[in-house]
Amino acid sequence: MPRWLKPVIFLACLVPLASLVWQSFHAELGANPIEKITHTTGDCTLTFLLITLSVTPVRKLTRQYWLIGLRRMFGLFAFFYGTLHLTTYVWLDKFFDVHEMLADIAKRRFITAGMTAFALMIPLALTSTKWSIRKLGGKRWQALHRLIYLSAAAGVIHYIWLVKADLKKPLEYATVLGVLILYRVIAWLASRGPQPANAPTSEGLRKVAQG
Amino acid sequence: MLIKKATDIRSSEITPKSLYLNRRKFLAGAAMAGAAAATGLGLREVLSPSTTALAGNKIDGIQKSPFSTTETITPYKDVTNYNNYYEFSTDKDGPAKLAQKFRTRPWKVKIDGQVEKKQELDVDTIIKMATPEERIYRHRCVEGWSIVVPWVGFSLSELIKRANPTSKAKFVEFTTIYDPGQMPGQTGHVLDWPYVEGLRMDEAMHPLTLLCFGMYGEDLPNQDGAPIRIVVPWKYGFKSAKAIVRIRFTEKQPLNTWNISAPQEYGFYSNVNPNVDHPRWSQAKERRLGEFYKRPTLMFNGYGDQVASLYTGMDLRKNF
Repeated sequence: MPRWLKPVIFLACLVPLASLVWQSFHAELGANPIEKITHTTGDCTLTFLLITLSVTPVRKLTRQYWLIGLRRMFGLFAFFYGTLHLTTYVWLDKFFDVHEMLADIAKRRFITAGMTAFALMIPLALTSTKWSIRKLGGKRWQALHRLIYLSAAAGVIHYIWLVKADLKKPLEYATVLGVLILYRVIAWLASRGPQPANAPTSEGLRKVAQG
Repeated sequence: MLIKKATDIRSSEITPKSLYLNRRKFLAGAAMAGAAAATGLGLREVLSPSTTALAGNKIDGIQKSPFSTTETITPYKDVTNYNNYYEFSTDKDGPAKLAQKFRTRPWKVKIDGQVEKKQELDVDTIIKMATPEERIYRHRCVEGWSIVVPWVGFSLSELIKRANPTSKAKFVEFTTIYDPGQMPGQTGHVLDWPYVEGLRMDEAMHPLTLLCFGMYGEDLPNQDGAPIRIVVPWKYGFKSAKAIVRIRFTEKQPLNTWNISAPQEYGFYSNVNPNVDHPRWSQAKERRLGEFYKRPTLMFNGYGDQVASLYTGMDLRKNF
Protein backbone atom coordinates (compact mmCIF):
# COMPACT_ATOMS: atom_id res chain seq x y z
CA MET A 1 0.00 0.00 0.00
CA PRO A 2 1.45 3.39 -0.93
CA ARG A 3 2.21 5.51 2.14
CA TRP A 4 -0.12 8.32 1.15
CA LEU A 5 -3.16 6.10 0.60
CA LYS A 6 -4.19 5.52 4.20
CA PRO A 7 -4.24 9.20 5.21
CA VAL A 8 -6.21 10.03 2.05
CA ILE A 9 -8.80 7.35 2.80
CA PHE A 10 -8.92 8.52 6.42
CA LEU A 11 -9.82 12.02 5.24
CA ALA A 12 -12.35 10.62 2.77
CA CYS A 13 -14.06 8.78 5.64
CA LEU A 14 -14.50 12.14 7.39
CA VAL A 15 -16.29 13.73 4.42
CA PRO A 16 -19.83 12.86 5.64
CA LEU A 17 -19.12 14.51 8.99
CA ALA A 18 -17.46 17.52 7.37
CA SER A 19 -20.43 17.95 5.09
CA LEU A 20 -22.87 17.84 8.04
CA VAL A 21 -20.84 20.47 9.88
CA TRP A 22 -20.60 22.67 6.81
CA GLN A 23 -24.34 22.38 6.12
CA SER A 24 -25.24 23.11 9.74
CA PHE A 25 -23.21 26.33 9.67
CA HIS A 26 -24.89 27.35 6.42
CA ALA A 27 -28.42 26.40 7.54
CA GLU A 28 -28.63 23.85 4.75
CA LEU A 29 -29.74 20.83 6.74
CA GLY A 30 -33.34 21.37 5.66
CA ALA A 31 -36.52 21.85 7.66
CA ASN A 32 -35.64 19.26 10.30
CA PRO A 33 -31.87 19.46 10.88
CA ILE A 34 -31.80 17.06 13.82
CA GLU A 35 -33.57 14.38 11.81
CA LYS A 36 -31.08 14.92 8.97
CA ILE A 37 -28.13 14.53 11.35
CA THR A 38 -29.67 11.38 12.85
CA HIS A 39 -30.29 9.79 9.47
CA THR A 40 -26.89 10.70 8.02
CA THR A 41 -24.88 9.38 10.98
CA GLY A 42 -27.02 6.21 11.05
CA ASP A 43 -26.47 5.61 7.34
CA CYS A 44 -22.72 6.14 7.79
CA THR A 45 -22.57 3.63 10.65
CA LEU A 46 -24.23 0.90 8.59
CA THR A 47 -22.18 1.74 5.52
CA PHE A 48 -18.88 1.51 7.41
CA LEU A 49 -19.91 -1.75 9.06
CA LEU A 50 -20.59 -3.20 5.61
CA ILE A 51 -17.35 -1.76 4.16
CA THR A 52 -15.45 -3.38 7.03
CA LEU A 53 -17.12 -6.71 6.30
CA SER A 54 -16.32 -6.35 2.59
CA VAL A 55 -12.57 -6.07 3.09
CA THR A 56 -11.92 -9.81 3.32
CA PRO A 57 -14.04 -10.88 0.31
CA VAL A 58 -12.75 -8.03 -1.83
CA ARG A 59 -9.08 -8.67 -1.07
CA LYS A 60 -9.53 -12.40 -1.69
CA LEU A 61 -11.44 -12.01 -4.92
CA THR A 62 -9.18 -9.29 -6.32
CA ARG A 63 -5.98 -10.73 -4.78
CA GLN A 64 -5.23 -7.27 -3.34
CA TYR A 65 -4.11 -8.68 -0.01
CA TRP A 66 -2.73 -5.38 1.29
CA LEU A 67 -6.33 -4.13 1.71
CA ILE A 68 -6.39 -5.77 5.14
CA GLY A 69 -4.32 -2.83 6.33
CA LEU A 70 -7.44 -0.64 6.00
CA ARG A 71 -9.90 -2.87 7.82
CA ARG A 72 -9.33 -1.64 11.35
CA MET A 73 -9.72 1.96 10.24
CA PHE A 74 -13.05 1.23 8.57
CA GLY A 75 -14.26 -0.62 11.67
CA LEU A 76 -13.30 2.28 13.90
CA PHE A 77 -15.10 4.69 11.59
CA ALA A 78 -18.24 2.55 11.97
CA PHE A 79 -17.85 2.94 15.73
CA PHE A 80 -17.16 6.65 15.35
CA TYR A 81 -20.31 7.33 13.33
CA GLY A 82 -22.28 4.98 15.60
CA THR A 83 -21.17 7.07 18.57
CA LEU A 84 -22.27 10.28 16.81
CA HIS A 85 -25.61 8.64 15.96
CA LEU A 86 -26.17 7.58 19.57
CA THR A 87 -25.09 11.01 20.83
CA THR A 88 -27.66 12.65 18.55
CA TYR A 89 -30.35 10.46 20.10
CA VAL A 90 -29.23 10.96 23.70
CA TRP A 91 -28.71 14.67 23.35
CA LEU A 92 -30.84 16.16 20.59
CA ASP A 93 -33.77 13.74 20.76
CA LYS A 94 -33.98 12.83 24.44
CA PHE A 95 -32.05 15.74 26.00
CA PHE A 96 -30.37 13.35 28.48
CA ASP A 97 -33.71 12.23 29.97
CA VAL A 98 -32.60 8.89 31.42
CA HIS A 99 -36.13 7.71 32.29
CA GLU A 100 -37.36 8.32 28.79
CA MET A 101 -34.37 6.54 27.28
CA LEU A 102 -34.74 3.49 29.53
CA ALA A 103 -38.44 3.32 28.66
CA ASP A 104 -37.49 3.55 24.99
CA ILE A 105 -34.92 0.75 25.24
CA ALA A 106 -37.43 -1.50 27.00
CA LYS A 107 -40.53 -0.63 24.95
CA ARG A 108 -39.35 0.29 21.45
CA ARG A 109 -37.90 -2.67 19.68
CA PHE A 110 -36.11 -0.55 17.07
CA ILE A 111 -34.30 1.27 19.88
CA THR A 112 -33.51 -2.06 21.55
CA ALA A 113 -31.99 -3.32 18.30
CA GLY A 114 -30.03 -0.10 17.75
CA MET A 115 -28.65 -0.11 21.29
CA THR A 116 -27.66 -3.77 20.86
CA ALA A 117 -25.86 -2.98 17.62
CA PHE A 118 -23.93 -0.20 19.33
CA ALA A 119 -23.15 -2.17 22.50
CA LEU A 120 -21.70 -4.99 20.38
CA MET A 121 -19.30 -2.56 18.73
CA ILE A 122 -17.82 -1.37 22.03
CA PRO A 123 -15.66 -4.47 22.81
CA LEU A 124 -14.49 -4.50 19.20
CA ALA A 125 -13.37 -0.88 19.34
CA LEU A 126 -11.69 -1.45 22.71
CA THR A 127 -9.73 -4.47 21.43
CA SER A 128 -8.78 -2.97 18.10
CA THR A 129 -5.13 -2.45 19.07
CA LYS A 130 -2.21 -4.72 18.19
CA TRP A 131 -1.56 -5.08 21.89
CA SER A 132 -5.08 -6.56 22.36
CA ILE A 133 -4.53 -9.09 19.60
CA ARG A 134 -1.28 -10.24 21.25
CA LYS A 135 -2.82 -10.24 24.71
CA LEU A 136 -5.97 -12.15 23.69
CA GLY A 137 -4.25 -14.48 21.26
CA GLY A 138 -5.28 -14.70 17.63
CA LYS A 139 -8.01 -17.32 18.02
CA ARG A 140 -9.82 -15.64 20.88
CA TRP A 141 -9.44 -12.20 19.32
CA GLN A 142 -10.91 -13.52 16.09
CA ALA A 143 -13.80 -15.19 17.89
CA LEU A 144 -14.59 -11.96 19.75
CA HIS A 145 -14.49 -9.92 16.56
CA ARG A 146 -17.10 -12.15 14.94
CA LEU A 147 -19.51 -9.99 16.99
CA ILE A 148 -19.40 -7.60 14.05
CA TYR A 149 -21.84 -9.90 12.19
CA LEU A 150 -24.32 -9.60 15.06
CA SER A 151 -23.77 -5.86 15.31
CA ALA A 152 -24.37 -5.33 11.60
CA ALA A 153 -27.46 -7.57 11.67
CA ALA A 154 -28.87 -5.69 14.68
CA GLY A 155 -28.14 -2.42 12.91
CA VAL A 156 -30.03 -3.46 9.79
CA ILE A 157 -32.96 -4.76 11.89
CA HIS A 158 -32.94 -1.42 13.75
CA TYR A 159 -33.47 0.33 10.42
CA ILE A 160 -36.11 -2.12 9.16
CA TRP A 161 -38.15 -1.70 12.36
CA LEU A 162 -37.90 2.07 12.20
CA VAL A 163 -39.36 2.82 8.78
CA LYS A 164 -43.09 3.36 8.28
CA ALA A 165 -43.70 1.65 4.96
CA ASP A 166 -40.83 2.10 2.53
CA LEU A 167 -38.43 -0.78 3.19
CA LYS A 168 -36.29 -0.09 0.11
CA LYS A 169 -33.26 1.43 1.83
CA PRO A 170 -33.08 -0.92 4.84
CA LEU A 171 -33.48 -3.87 2.49
CA GLU A 172 -30.57 -2.63 0.38
CA TYR A 173 -28.37 -2.83 3.50
CA ALA A 174 -29.88 -6.23 4.35
CA THR A 175 -29.08 -7.54 0.85
CA VAL A 176 -25.44 -6.43 0.99
CA LEU A 177 -25.07 -7.93 4.47
CA GLY A 178 -26.69 -11.14 3.23
CA VAL A 179 -24.24 -11.40 0.34
CA LEU A 180 -21.28 -10.79 2.66
CA ILE A 181 -22.45 -13.48 5.07
CA LEU A 182 -23.16 -15.86 2.19
CA TYR A 183 -19.56 -15.41 1.02
CA ARG A 184 -18.34 -16.54 4.45
CA VAL A 185 -20.61 -19.57 4.41
CA ILE A 186 -19.38 -20.60 0.95
CA ALA A 187 -15.75 -19.99 1.92
CA TRP A 188 -16.24 -22.04 5.08
CA LEU A 189 -17.89 -24.91 3.19
CA ALA A 190 -15.10 -24.84 0.59
CA SER A 191 -12.47 -24.94 3.32
CA ARG A 192 -13.99 -28.18 4.66
CA GLY A 193 -13.71 -29.87 1.27
CA PRO A 194 -10.85 -32.01 -0.06
CA GLN A 195 -8.73 -28.94 -0.83
CA PRO A 196 -6.21 -27.88 1.82
CA ALA A 197 -7.87 -25.62 4.39
CA ASN A 198 -7.86 -22.00 3.36
CA ALA A 199 -10.35 -20.25 5.57
CA PRO A 200 -10.67 -16.60 4.56
CA THR A 201 -10.01 -15.36 8.07
CA SER A 202 -6.84 -17.14 9.16
CA GLU A 203 -4.56 -15.41 6.73
CA GLY A 204 -6.34 -12.13 7.30
CA LEU A 205 -5.62 -12.44 10.96
CA ARG A 206 -1.91 -12.88 10.41
CA LYS A 207 -1.94 -9.76 8.27
CA VAL A 208 -3.81 -7.87 10.97
CA ALA A 209 -1.25 -8.97 13.52
CA GLN A 210 1.42 -7.62 11.19
CA GLY A 211 -0.45 -4.34 10.96
CA MET B 1 -23.82 20.61 17.45
CA LEU B 2 -24.51 24.24 16.63
CA ILE B 3 -27.34 24.72 14.22
CA LYS B 4 -27.18 28.20 12.88
CA LYS B 5 -29.83 29.89 10.81
CA ALA B 6 -28.65 32.37 8.25
CA THR B 7 -29.24 35.72 9.94
CA ASP B 8 -26.79 37.79 7.99
CA ILE B 9 -29.09 38.61 5.08
CA ARG B 10 -31.01 41.83 5.63
CA SER B 11 -34.66 41.63 4.64
CA SER B 12 -34.10 44.49 2.20
CA GLU B 13 -31.70 42.29 0.27
CA ILE B 14 -34.19 39.50 -0.21
CA THR B 15 -35.98 39.57 -3.54
CA PRO B 16 -39.70 39.89 -2.96
CA LYS B 17 -41.40 36.60 -3.81
CA SER B 18 -43.68 38.24 -6.38
CA LEU B 19 -40.67 39.61 -8.21
CA TYR B 20 -38.72 36.40 -8.48
CA LEU B 21 -41.83 34.49 -9.41
CA ASN B 22 -42.56 36.96 -12.17
CA ARG B 23 -39.00 36.68 -13.35
CA ARG B 24 -39.30 32.91 -13.30
CA LYS B 25 -42.57 33.03 -15.18
CA PHE B 26 -41.02 35.35 -17.71
CA LEU B 27 -38.06 33.03 -18.19
CA ALA B 28 -40.29 29.97 -18.33
CA GLY B 29 -42.55 31.73 -20.80
CA ALA B 30 -39.59 32.77 -22.94
CA ALA B 31 -38.22 29.23 -22.87
CA MET B 32 -41.60 27.78 -23.77
CA ALA B 33 -42.15 30.28 -26.57
CA GLY B 34 -38.72 29.41 -27.91
CA ALA B 35 -39.41 25.71 -27.70
CA ALA B 36 -42.83 26.16 -29.26
CA ALA B 37 -41.39 28.15 -32.16
CA ALA B 38 -38.73 25.53 -32.64
CA THR B 39 -41.21 22.68 -32.70
CA GLY B 40 -43.77 24.59 -34.72
CA LEU B 41 -46.43 24.67 -32.02
CA GLY B 42 -48.96 27.48 -32.05
CA LEU B 43 -48.95 30.17 -29.38
CA ARG B 44 -52.43 29.07 -28.28
CA GLU B 45 -51.00 25.75 -27.13
CA VAL B 46 -48.40 27.54 -25.05
CA LEU B 47 -50.99 29.71 -23.34
CA SER B 48 -53.55 26.95 -22.78
CA PRO B 49 -54.65 27.01 -19.15
CA SER B 50 -54.15 23.26 -18.72
CA THR B 51 -50.40 23.68 -18.97
CA THR B 52 -50.13 26.83 -16.86
CA ALA B 53 -48.63 26.31 -13.42
CA LEU B 54 -51.05 28.00 -11.07
CA ALA B 55 -49.23 27.57 -7.77
CA GLY B 56 -48.04 30.92 -6.53
CA ASN B 57 -51.17 32.85 -7.59
CA LYS B 58 -52.62 35.07 -4.91
CA ILE B 59 -56.14 34.25 -3.69
CA ASP B 60 -58.42 37.30 -3.44
CA GLY B 61 -60.88 38.17 -0.69
CA ILE B 62 -59.50 35.96 2.08
CA GLN B 63 -61.28 36.46 5.40
CA LYS B 64 -59.66 36.00 8.82
CA SER B 65 -60.97 33.19 11.01
CA PRO B 66 -61.52 32.96 14.78
CA PHE B 67 -60.23 29.36 14.56
CA SER B 68 -56.70 30.60 13.79
CA THR B 69 -53.91 30.15 16.32
CA THR B 70 -51.59 33.06 17.14
CA GLU B 71 -48.56 30.75 17.28
CA THR B 72 -45.58 31.50 15.05
CA ILE B 73 -46.21 30.39 11.48
CA THR B 74 -43.68 27.87 10.12
CA PRO B 75 -41.64 29.37 7.24
CA TYR B 76 -43.09 28.77 3.75
CA LYS B 77 -39.79 27.21 2.69
CA ASP B 78 -40.07 24.46 5.31
CA VAL B 79 -43.73 23.70 4.65
CA THR B 80 -43.04 23.38 0.92
CA ASN B 81 -39.80 21.37 1.17
CA TYR B 82 -40.55 18.91 3.95
CA ASN B 83 -43.49 16.83 2.78
CA ASN B 84 -44.90 13.40 3.39
CA TYR B 85 -46.46 12.71 0.02
CA TYR B 86 -45.66 9.10 -0.83
CA GLU B 87 -47.36 9.40 -4.25
CA PHE B 88 -44.28 11.36 -5.27
CA SER B 89 -41.54 10.11 -2.98
CA THR B 90 -40.91 8.73 0.49
CA ASP B 91 -38.11 11.28 0.95
CA LYS B 92 -39.23 14.47 2.66
CA ASP B 93 -37.53 16.68 0.07
CA GLY B 94 -38.71 14.58 -2.90
CA PRO B 95 -42.25 15.91 -3.48
CA ALA B 96 -41.04 19.53 -3.88
CA LYS B 97 -38.96 18.46 -6.88
CA LEU B 98 -41.14 15.71 -8.33
CA ALA B 99 -44.49 17.52 -8.06
CA GLN B 100 -43.40 20.63 -9.97
CA LYS B 101 -45.03 19.61 -13.24
CA PHE B 102 -48.08 17.95 -11.68
CA ARG B 103 -51.18 19.08 -13.62
CA THR B 104 -53.88 20.48 -11.36
CA ARG B 105 -56.18 21.74 -14.14
CA PRO B 106 -58.56 20.63 -15.49
CA TRP B 107 -59.61 18.85 -12.29
CA LYS B 108 -62.90 17.18 -11.50
CA VAL B 109 -64.11 15.90 -8.15
CA LYS B 110 -66.64 13.07 -8.25
CA ILE B 111 -69.29 13.19 -5.54
CA ASP B 112 -71.15 9.93 -5.09
CA GLY B 113 -72.32 7.22 -2.71
CA GLN B 114 -75.21 8.10 -0.40
CA VAL B 115 -76.18 11.39 -2.04
CA GLU B 116 -79.42 12.66 -3.58
CA LYS B 117 -77.67 13.26 -6.88
CA LYS B 118 -74.30 11.92 -7.98
CA GLN B 119 -72.26 14.58 -9.72
CA GLU B 120 -68.86 15.59 -10.96
CA LEU B 121 -67.79 19.09 -10.01
CA ASP B 122 -65.01 21.17 -11.46
CA VAL B 123 -62.54 22.19 -8.78
CA ASP B 124 -62.99 25.85 -9.73
CA THR B 125 -66.73 25.52 -9.11
CA ILE B 126 -66.07 24.06 -5.67
CA ILE B 127 -63.59 26.79 -4.74
CA LYS B 128 -66.23 29.46 -5.49
CA MET B 129 -68.89 27.85 -3.27
CA ALA B 130 -68.00 29.94 -0.20
CA THR B 131 -65.76 32.77 0.98
CA PRO B 132 -62.13 31.70 1.36
CA GLU B 133 -60.85 31.97 4.93
CA GLU B 134 -57.35 31.87 6.32
CA ARG B 135 -57.13 29.16 8.99
CA ILE B 136 -53.82 29.11 10.86
CA TYR B 137 -53.73 25.57 12.25
CA ARG B 138 -51.27 23.42 14.12
CA HIS B 139 -50.44 20.35 12.03
CA ARG B 140 -49.01 17.29 13.85
CA CYS B 141 -47.50 14.41 11.92
CA VAL B 142 -47.74 10.88 13.34
CA GLU B 143 -43.94 10.77 13.04
CA GLY B 144 -43.49 13.30 15.83
CA TRP B 145 -42.94 16.64 14.11
CA SER B 146 -45.30 19.58 13.75
CA ILE B 147 -45.79 22.81 11.84
CA VAL B 148 -48.11 25.82 11.93
CA VAL B 149 -49.68 26.52 8.54
CA PRO B 150 -51.88 29.38 7.31
CA TRP B 151 -54.20 27.26 5.17
CA VAL B 152 -56.80 28.86 2.87
CA GLY B 153 -60.20 27.29 2.31
CA PHE B 154 -63.60 26.97 3.93
CA SER B 155 -65.36 24.44 6.12
CA LEU B 156 -65.90 21.14 4.35
CA SER B 157 -69.50 21.33 5.62
CA GLU B 158 -70.16 23.99 2.96
CA LEU B 159 -69.57 21.40 0.25
CA ILE B 160 -71.31 18.57 2.12
CA LYS B 161 -74.49 20.65 2.55
CA ARG B 162 -74.57 21.32 -1.19
CA ALA B 163 -73.92 17.63 -1.96
CA ASN B 164 -77.20 16.64 -0.24
CA PRO B 165 -76.17 13.39 1.44
CA THR B 166 -79.02 10.99 2.24
CA SER B 167 -79.95 9.88 5.76
CA LYS B 168 -77.91 6.73 5.17
CA ALA B 169 -74.66 8.71 4.89
CA LYS B 170 -72.73 8.03 8.09
CA PHE B 171 -69.17 8.43 6.82
CA VAL B 172 -67.26 10.30 4.13
CA GLU B 173 -64.46 8.74 2.10
CA PHE B 174 -61.81 10.80 0.28
CA THR B 175 -59.78 9.43 -2.62
CA THR B 176 -56.53 10.92 -3.88
CA ILE B 177 -55.84 10.91 -7.61
CA TYR B 178 -54.23 7.77 -9.06
CA ASP B 179 -51.93 8.80 -11.88
CA PRO B 180 -48.62 6.87 -11.85
CA GLY B 181 -47.51 8.72 -15.00
CA GLN B 182 -47.36 11.91 -12.98
CA MET B 183 -46.76 10.42 -9.55
CA PRO B 184 -43.60 8.29 -9.60
CA GLY B 185 -44.24 6.94 -6.08
CA GLN B 186 -47.38 5.20 -7.36
CA THR B 187 -45.33 2.98 -9.67
CA GLY B 188 -44.09 1.16 -6.55
CA HIS B 189 -46.10 -0.68 -3.92
CA VAL B 190 -45.11 1.14 -0.76
CA LEU B 191 -48.84 1.70 -0.06
CA ASP B 192 -52.05 0.53 -1.69
CA TRP B 193 -52.96 3.10 -4.34
CA PRO B 194 -55.00 5.17 -4.65
CA TYR B 195 -54.72 6.71 -1.21
CA VAL B 196 -58.03 6.72 0.65
CA GLU B 197 -59.01 8.38 3.88
CA GLY B 198 -62.23 8.71 5.79
CA LEU B 199 -64.08 10.66 8.45
CA ARG B 200 -67.24 10.08 10.44
CA MET B 201 -70.04 12.36 9.24
CA ASP B 202 -69.96 14.53 12.38
CA GLU B 203 -66.18 14.90 12.06
CA ALA B 204 -66.51 15.88 8.42
CA MET B 205 -69.28 18.41 9.27
CA HIS B 206 -67.27 19.94 12.12
CA PRO B 207 -66.49 23.59 11.35
CA LEU B 208 -62.75 23.04 11.98
CA THR B 209 -62.55 20.49 9.15
CA LEU B 210 -61.26 22.47 6.23
CA LEU B 211 -61.68 22.02 2.51
CA CYS B 212 -58.38 23.56 1.53
CA PHE B 213 -57.09 24.98 -1.74
CA GLY B 214 -54.47 27.47 -0.62
CA MET B 215 -51.84 28.44 1.91
CA TYR B 216 -49.87 31.58 2.75
CA GLY B 217 -52.50 33.53 0.82
CA GLU B 218 -51.79 31.71 -2.43
CA ASP B 219 -52.90 28.66 -4.37
CA LEU B 220 -51.84 25.42 -2.75
CA PRO B 221 -48.41 24.29 -4.00
CA ASN B 222 -48.46 20.89 -5.73
CA GLN B 223 -46.35 19.21 -3.06
CA ASP B 224 -48.82 20.28 -0.38
CA GLY B 225 -51.85 18.64 -1.99
CA ALA B 226 -53.00 20.88 -4.86
CA PRO B 227 -55.49 21.56 -6.18
CA ILE B 228 -57.77 20.56 -3.33
CA ARG B 229 -57.33 18.70 -0.05
CA ILE B 230 -58.80 18.45 3.39
CA VAL B 231 -57.20 19.55 6.66
CA VAL B 232 -58.33 17.97 9.93
CA PRO B 233 -56.20 19.75 12.53
CA TRP B 234 -56.95 17.55 15.56
CA LYS B 235 -55.88 14.36 13.77
CA TYR B 236 -52.47 13.13 12.65
CA GLY B 237 -51.45 14.61 9.31
CA PHE B 238 -52.07 11.49 7.23
CA LYS B 239 -55.84 11.84 7.82
CA SER B 240 -55.77 15.05 5.77
CA ALA B 241 -55.98 13.60 2.25
CA LYS B 242 -54.38 15.50 -0.63
CA ALA B 243 -55.24 16.00 -4.32
CA ILE B 244 -58.79 14.71 -3.89
CA VAL B 245 -60.69 13.40 -6.95
CA ARG B 246 -63.57 11.65 -5.22
CA ILE B 247 -65.75 12.28 -2.19
CA ARG B 248 -68.01 9.33 -1.41
CA PHE B 249 -70.68 9.19 1.29
CA THR B 250 -71.02 5.76 2.87
CA GLU B 251 -73.13 3.86 5.35
CA LYS B 252 -70.22 1.78 6.65
CA GLN B 253 -66.89 3.01 8.00
CA PRO B 254 -64.53 3.31 5.03
CA LEU B 255 -61.02 1.87 5.06
CA ASN B 256 -58.06 4.19 5.17
CA THR B 257 -54.73 3.52 3.48
CA TRP B 258 -52.41 3.56 6.51
CA ASN B 259 -54.83 1.36 8.42
CA ILE B 260 -54.73 -1.14 5.54
CA SER B 261 -50.91 -0.93 5.53
CA ALA B 262 -50.40 -1.44 9.30
CA PRO B 263 -53.66 -1.92 11.26
CA GLN B 264 -51.93 -2.21 14.65
CA GLU B 265 -50.20 1.13 14.14
CA TYR B 266 -52.70 3.42 12.41
CA GLY B 267 -56.37 3.44 13.35
CA PHE B 268 -59.37 4.96 11.64
CA TYR B 269 -59.67 7.82 14.13
CA SER B 270 -55.97 8.74 14.56
CA ASN B 271 -56.76 11.67 16.81
CA VAL B 272 -53.62 13.37 18.11
CA ASN B 273 -53.20 11.85 21.56
CA PRO B 274 -50.07 12.18 23.72
CA ASN B 275 -51.28 9.35 26.00
CA VAL B 276 -51.54 6.69 23.30
CA ASP B 277 -48.15 5.85 21.85
CA HIS B 278 -47.51 4.61 18.37
CA PRO B 279 -46.39 0.99 18.96
CA ARG B 280 -42.87 1.92 17.89
CA TRP B 281 -42.44 5.42 19.28
CA SER B 282 -43.81 7.79 21.88
CA GLN B 283 -46.38 10.43 20.95
CA ALA B 284 -45.91 12.45 24.16
CA LYS B 285 -43.68 15.07 22.55
CA GLU B 286 -43.15 16.62 19.16
CA ARG B 287 -40.52 18.67 17.40
CA ARG B 288 -41.97 21.87 15.99
CA LEU B 289 -39.94 22.55 12.85
CA GLY B 290 -37.56 25.42 13.55
CA GLU B 291 -37.39 24.75 17.30
CA PHE B 292 -34.48 23.08 19.08
CA TYR B 293 -36.26 21.59 22.08
CA LYS B 294 -39.20 19.26 21.78
CA ARG B 295 -42.55 20.46 23.05
CA PRO B 296 -45.30 18.42 24.72
CA THR B 297 -48.00 17.18 22.35
CA LEU B 298 -51.48 18.40 23.27
CA MET B 299 -54.61 16.24 23.43
CA PHE B 300 -56.49 16.57 20.13
CA ASN B 301 -53.52 18.74 19.05
CA GLY B 302 -54.87 21.52 21.28
CA TYR B 303 -58.37 21.48 19.72
CA GLY B 304 -59.98 19.56 22.61
CA ASP B 305 -62.38 22.39 23.51
CA GLN B 306 -63.90 22.19 20.05
CA VAL B 307 -63.81 18.46 19.31
CA ALA B 308 -63.57 16.40 22.54
CA SER B 309 -67.38 16.15 22.65
CA LEU B 310 -67.36 14.18 19.40
CA TYR B 311 -65.77 11.29 21.27
CA THR B 312 -67.64 11.26 24.60
CA GLY B 313 -67.89 7.74 25.95
CA MET B 314 -65.41 6.33 23.46
CA ASP B 315 -62.30 4.45 24.57
CA LEU B 316 -59.64 6.38 22.66
CA ARG B 317 -57.03 3.77 23.51
CA LYS B 318 -59.08 1.18 21.63
CA ASN B 319 -60.26 3.59 18.93
CA PHE B 320 -56.79 4.99 18.30
